[in-house]
Formats: sequence, structure tokens, C-alpha cells
Amino acid sequence: MDSLQLILDTLSQWTIHFVILLIILWAYYKKVPMYESFVTGAKEGFSVAITIIPYLVAILFVIKMFVASGAFEDIKLVMGWGMDQIGLGGYRESLDLLPLALTRPLTGSGARGVLLEVFDEHGPDSFLGNTASLMMGSTETTFYIITVYFGSIQVKKIRHTLPACLIADVVGIFTAIFLGYLLFG
Amino acid sequence: MLNKVWFWLLLIGIVYGFGKASVNTFSGLSAKGSEESAAVEGAEKEASTSDRDHRNLQEMGRDINEAAFDAAEVSVEICIGLIGIMALWLGLLNIARDAGLVDALARMLMPLMRWLFPDVPDGHPAQGAMLMNISANILGLENAATPFGLKAMQELQTLNNEKDTATNSMAMFLAINTSNVTIVPFGIIGYRVLSGSENPTAPVFGIILTTMVTTIVAVFAVRLLSKLPRYAISKSDKLQKSTSGEGE
Repeated sequence: MDSLQLILDTLSQWTIHFVILLIILWAYYKKVPMYESFVTGAKEGFSVAITIIPYLVAILFVIKMFVASGAFEDIKLVMGWGMDQIGLGGYRESLDLLPLALTRPLTGSGARGVLLEVFDEHGPDSFLGNTASLMMGSTETTFYIITVYFGSIQVKKIRHTLPACLIADVVGIFTAIFLGYLLFG
Repeated sequence: MLNKVWFWLLLIGIVYGFGKASVNTFSGLSAKGSEESAAVEGAEKEASTSDRDHRNLQEMGRDINEAAFDAAEVSVEICIGLIGIMALWLGLLNIARDAGLVDALARMLMPLMRWLFPDVPDGHPAQGAMLMNISANILGLENAATPFGLKAMQELQTLNNEKDTATNSMAMFLAINTSNVTIVPFGIIGYRVLSGSENPTAPVFGIILTTMVTTIVAVFAVRLLSKLPRYAISKSDKLQKSTSGEGE
């Protein structure tokens, strides 16, 4: 187990280097003027990063205020009561994952905090710990990505992007819970 | 949609926070919570309420305030931090493109790309950037994925006739991106190790399975939703455009 972890860790540390190595070796073989090519590409980085700022401020502002209001905690209580009423009380345990499911599309760092809290409270190898890992691994910070990506090209009418991404997120969360019960329940 | 989400999150955040703190303050919960937590008052009941917050009006106001200004600061920090990383990866991407590496990759995955992004012509730079972004995501290289993704969006924008409106290809790209295709979820494994897991790689299989489901759902959701009239590229814009085009 330790050695597997070591291999995976080493792999993750060296993936980027190998990608870079592949690029420069290929470029060398093709006789590309690498330094100049790099600088030409790198110049674009500045403008793109700066363009995003207003979009990011707008979205992080509302998300952080919403999270600070503590509404998440109360949603969980209400849903727990609701599940008891319709006779699904047996699956109530999965409600402990609700804060993760709700924070995940909004904020990456927030979700990471929630995940570590679940690990801390229930243990990473428990049903909840494993299912939380599934959930965390199979969804993304949808709002953040949409904001940054569309912000960088100043697109304001995003049409069906958000509903489509949210549908995928919801399906992902329920699939994670389903597989969680199947594999670790 | 984003407008509505923005409004409601903000409204709920402020009103709910205020309402909750008011209840806490005037029902005396905030005082109770802090003073009686040590008192003997039925251990079970105490445990069930211990994770509920009893912030009073002042505390809640301060927290929400802090959150707002924190958000503004963090956004700029993120973007400033991004400048260097963007420059680094866009530089490398440019070398890869000049060397023809990106084209080679694009040629290999041509049929798939053609099916996913029918609006993007073969050999367009958007294809290469999108491929690099998706590959970086699959390998879990988050730092590398964002620059490629932003580059891809810029390239997709060059194919866009309505500059403030998303194209089908953009929506598809974002959906694939946020569905988080993964093969090796390094991040999660890391957190599990950090928390002293006995079997940190246990959820890997499940994660791969789940991301496959979400990616497929995302692709089909984009396809189906794009056909709904309410998500059509708005008519007024088109009319304006065509009339202005005639004027010229």
C-alpha cells in the first residue's frame, strides 16, 4: 500500500516534467526556435489573467457571502427531517454529504475543507469518507470554471451552459452516493 | 440564468444571515449556546445541536462582511498568481504548436473532436488547445489545464459571430471540462493519505466510473438543451445583426 502510494506520488510529481521533455525534444527534432516561440506564447498570459478579475470578483463575492450566512447547515437539517417523513430515514446518513454536494460546484477550497472535515469526523475509510471521495473526485467547481472561462472572452450570455453543467453535477452526486452504497455500504 | 443565480445567492445570503442571526439574538440562543454548552443538559441533545451555529447579529454581520471583502481580495490574488502560470504554459503550448505536436494529437483524436465540436473546423487552433486542456484534466494537472482551457476559449471566440453569446462548442467544452474526466485523481488520494487512510486508492475505480457517467450525461445534456428554443441564440441580436449587415 505504501509503495503504491509512493509510485502514484512519484508519478504525479513527474508527469509535468515528462510532458515538457516530450515537447522540447519534439521541438528540437523539428528545429523550432524554442526560446522565441516560448516568449511569443507567454506574452498572452498577462492579458488573459487580468481580464478575468472582474468576473471572478462578482462570483466569489456572492458565493462567499452565501456560505457565510450559514444557510447550508439549515438546509441539511430540513432535508433530514423531510427524509424521515417520507420513510427514507435509513439513508439519512448520506445527508452528512450534503454540505459537500452543495459547496462543490461553488468553491474548490471550500469543498476541500468540507471533505477534510468528513475525513476527520468519520474517517477516510468509512462509508461517508469513501463516498465523499467519490463525490469530490467526480464533480468540479462548476461556477468558478464557467466564470473564469467565459469571463476571459467577455461572453455574458452563456445560454445552456450552466443548466447542462448542473445536470451533470447532480447526476454525478447521485451516482457517487449510489456507488458509495454499492461499493462501501 | 447566471444573473438569476447571482441575485438569489446574494439575496438569500444576506436575508437569511440576517434573519437567522436575529432569531439567535432575540431568542437568546446565542447566549445559551456559548454559556450552557458546558452545563449538564442532556448529553444527546447537546451533541445534536453543537454543530448549529448561534452567531448573534454582530457576529453574523461581521462574518458576512469579511466574506465579501475576502472574496474581492482572493479574486485578485488568484488572477495575479495565474499570470505567471498562464505565461509558462502558453509559452510551452506555443513551442508544442510550432513543433507540430498539437496538430499530431488533434489528428489522432479527429473523429471524436469532429463529433463533439461540429462547428470547429479541422486543424483550427481551438481543437489543439481543447485537446491539451482535456488531456491535462485527465492527468489531473490542474495548473496546466486552466491556461489551455482559457486559450481554447479564445480560439473558440474567433469562430463566434455573436461575441457576447456562448456558442454550442463553448457550452460543450465547458460541460466536458466541469464533468471532470479523470483517470488518476491525485488530489483526492493525497487528501486521503493526509487523513491517515488505510486504503487511499479505494475510491479510484468508483471515481473513474462516476466521471464517465457525468461526462456522458454532460455531453448529452448540452446537445439536448441547445435545441430548446429558450436557449437559442437570441433572435433580436440576429435581426439587429442582419439589418446592420444590410446597412453596410
